[in-house]
Amino acid sequence: MNDGNATLATPDMEGLKPGFTEPVFEAQEAFRTVLNTLSYAGRVHTLATELDPPAPLDPATAAMALTLFDFDTPVWLDATIQGGAAPDFLRFHCGAPLVAAAGEARFAMIADPSNMPPLDRFAIGEDRYPDRSATLLIQVPALTGGPGMTWCGPGIDGEITVAIAGLPTDFWAQWADNHALYPLGVDVIFAAGRALVGLPRGIQVEG
Amino acid sequence: MYVAVKGGERAILNSHKLITETRRGDGAVPEVSVRQIGEQLGLAVDRVMTEGSVYDRELAALAIKQAQGDLVEAIFLLRAYRTTLPRFAVSEPIDTAKMLVRRRISAAYKDIPGGQVLGPTYDYTHRLLDFALAAEDGVGLPEAPVADAPLDDGMPHVADILDHEGLIEEERPDGDGAEVFDLTREPMSFPAGRDQRLQNLARGDEGFVLALGYSTQRGYGGNHPFAGEIRMGEVSVEIVPEELGFAIDIGDVVISECHMINQFEGSKEKPPQFTRGYGLSFGHNERKVMAMALVDRALRAREMGETAMYPAQDEEFVLYHADNVEAAGFVSHLKLPHYVDFQAELNLIRKLRQEHQDRLEKEAAE
Amino acid sequence: MNAAAEKASWDEAYNFAYLDEQTKRMIRRALLKAVAIPGYQVPFGGREMPLAYGWGTGGMQVTASVIGPSDTLKVIDQGADDTTNAVSIRRFFKRVAGIATTEATEEASVIQTRHRIPEKPLKEGQVLVYQVPQPEPLRKLEPRETETRKMHGYAEYGLMHVRLYEDISRFGHIATTYSYPVMVNGRYVMSPSPIPKFDNPKMENNQAIQLFGAGREKRIYAIPPYTSVKSLDFEDHPFEVQRWPQACALCGARDSYLDEVVLDDKGGRMFVCSDTHFCADRQEKGHRGPMAADPAAGAFARSSDTSARKEGER
Repeated sequence: MNDGNATLATPDMEGLKPGFTEPVFEAQEAFRTVLNTLSYAGRVHTLATELDPPAPLDPATAAMALTLFDFDTPVWLDATIQGGAAPDFLRFHCGAPLVAAAGEARFAMIADPSNMPPLDRFAIGEDRYPDRSATLLIQVPALTGGPGMTWCGPGIDGEITVAIAGLPTDFWAQWADNHALYPLGVDVIFAAGRALVGLPRGIQVEG
Repeated sequence: MYVAVKGGERAILNSHKLITETRRGDGAVPEVSVRQIGEQLGLAVDRVMTEGSVYDRELAALAIKQAQGDLVEAIFLLRAYRTTLPRFAVSEPIDTAKMLVRRRISAAYKDIPGGQVLGPTYDYTHRLLDFALAAEDGVGLPEAPVADAPLDDGMPHVADILDHEGLIEEERPDGDGAEVFDLTREPMSFPAGRDQRLQNLARGDEGFVLALGYSTQRGYGGNHPFAGEIRMGEVSVEIVPEELGFAIDIGDVVISECHMINQFEGSKEKPPQFTRGYGLSFGHNERKVMAMALVDRALRAREMGETAMYPAQDEEFVLYHADNVEAAGFVSHLKLPHYVDFQAELNLIRKLRQEHQDRLEKEAAE
Repeated sequence: MNAAAEKASWDEAYNFAYLDEQTKRMIRRALLKAVAIPGYQVPFGGREMPLAYGWGTGGMQVTASVIGPSDTLKVIDQGADDTTNAVSIRRFFKRVAGIATTEATEEASVIQTRHRIPEKPLKEGQVLVYQVPQPEPLRKLEPRETETRKMHGYAEYGLMHVRLYEDISRFGHIATTYSYPVMVNGRYVMSPSPIPKFDNPKMENNQAIQLFGAGREKRIYAIPPYTSVKSLDFEDHPFEVQRWPQACALCGARDSYLDEVVLDDKGGRMFVCSDTHFCADRQEKGHRGPMAADPAAGAFARSSDTSARKEGER
């Protein structure tokens, strides 16, 4: 849509998976779940979606895209997502410009977290506009069963133990650096299947 | 007995009925039609379209009727309606040099290629009430004479004539190929680009822009303007549908445009050059476009390296206060109940007065 | 899709909840950033609403972007469900979203408010939407947005403390009684909107999500649940809320915010709860204030009683 975008082939309409059947209501429902997810950080929230998105996207990851992306939101995709039918799906249903440079993205979709770029590759906002930062949608194998970490900060009553699985070993060290930038920094929403966990920049995480 | 704001829904519904009745007025007088407003109160329609940011004579006329002729209210109605309209396309820039001119004058030259075209204007009417218009049977169907020959096809902009000699600054777009700011979809941000400023002024309240423009003439803004050119007429609007890939004409709009020519002292790097101020509105509204062009020039203080000392040069002041839908809303919101906060203030002032009294008594006792 | 959506019915001349989907997405994205940066004002492309600026357009846009067919909406102005502007906004959402409405704080999933926080503590999952006339707490000290944005950017809040201290030296107290500035999550000074400072403590560690919409100024901000919200004060002049020597004349409550109601032109007045639902609820449970049997108080109670409200709730 503008010059900085990676060029992609015309969507192959044949194999295109459907988006929301009731876009107005499904987007509203999904948004409320995402709002709760980022507001009550660290808790598992579940989406009631019947989406059947193209691989490798899980329903929760795809539902967030359909709810939040449009032609105003440059989106960065990791290599796993780039490779499949997902780019056509996102372009067709959201009209979102897909960008090659991580730093230009408002949203990033990551389905292979073990190979994800470091957090500091993404936009962290500006002193006067910390909202001009990226939101990372990180799809993980599971939201529980990983190494248990203690989270605290806005949205958490005291502290909470969260055990996201499948993250790179240095993820939490990177997160500490990201949190130290507060009020700048990226925000993360983890997704697995139909479930979500929110990790806004204000959350402090300790092992 | 206490009544005031409690009472709710029924009071609101009855108030709506009352305003409907009041709007209709005396039933013995024929009801004015939206078409009559569109045809016979055309300049009001033009203003409402401009500040309402919707080019639709019928909707603007309807808004004027619904608002009982309160133009600021009509502008608000049109803006609120605008919110519900989907956006299909963004037009190509209109080319006002190709305008089908109905009026075009320059105060900077005696004669200009294409000629001075006086067109329909109240400028040289004597402002005497015309009682013929008040006659029961009206004025009939007055007809103006038709010119012997059509106007020239070529009506170059006066500023372009100066441009050939390098006497006026080049007109260059803000940023290279950057998208044009869209005030209707993005919040204002500062420092503002000229695109944002011009959009704001075009939608801005005519009275506010007029007063600011006037202030620059009276010394609050070091302006030395010449009305380089004012033109009014039809221009065609084109869009490029993505599936076609070439421009198609989607209709004509009537617009007014003003190029103000202003002096500029020049600098070590630049030889002396005239500078520009620009104004544009829907329909026919010269007062607005001239005032807008004056304020546009004043707001360019920063880029011209001038010290911004006056209200018309202060972009936050001008841009934040020009919109009459915002201004009217916020002033009128004082009509809403504020009794919770007033109670908080009452509470405090009683306490402060009591403490004051206690202090005086204590001092007197000592 | 849920059953509520299938039953949703509204004025279909408009999209559900009035705003088009693209506008909702833009506002929803702004809301998520607002929640991620508590107290920070996110600029958003506010739209003109069919209600005047300053009358709740920001709150309405936030509510319209949040609300769905399974929600129940409560709208209050000055704490009351039946003030004209609350009625008007509730009517709007009934028309454009066919939404269920309530006066009961505990039954509402979304509460839009002007100038009050309900007395009854909110619960997890509830959303409180504030209408905000002026989102910038520093605006009266510095009219320029370019300057105030810088001050927030570098957390330079000295000017605000100086202003509050000047009050103390002049009046012996901080003379701000409403819109009393708060520090959110230890980082941003935020305007709580023109709620009386009585309500400020309710913002801290609230279980609900608090969203703030300023339509004319085109700003959205938020306080997530369980977040630190401190009213600015000084060690030697700690923050205090308003207290009344009287109890509510109708329900006898001693811990609620009271409105002063003038009964005649001879100095007759009574004090009643500003939160009409809280007061009615207490009266239903048998609580009585000192003037509950008074004829003037009775007239007041009738003028705001359920007959008018029920009509609005059809």
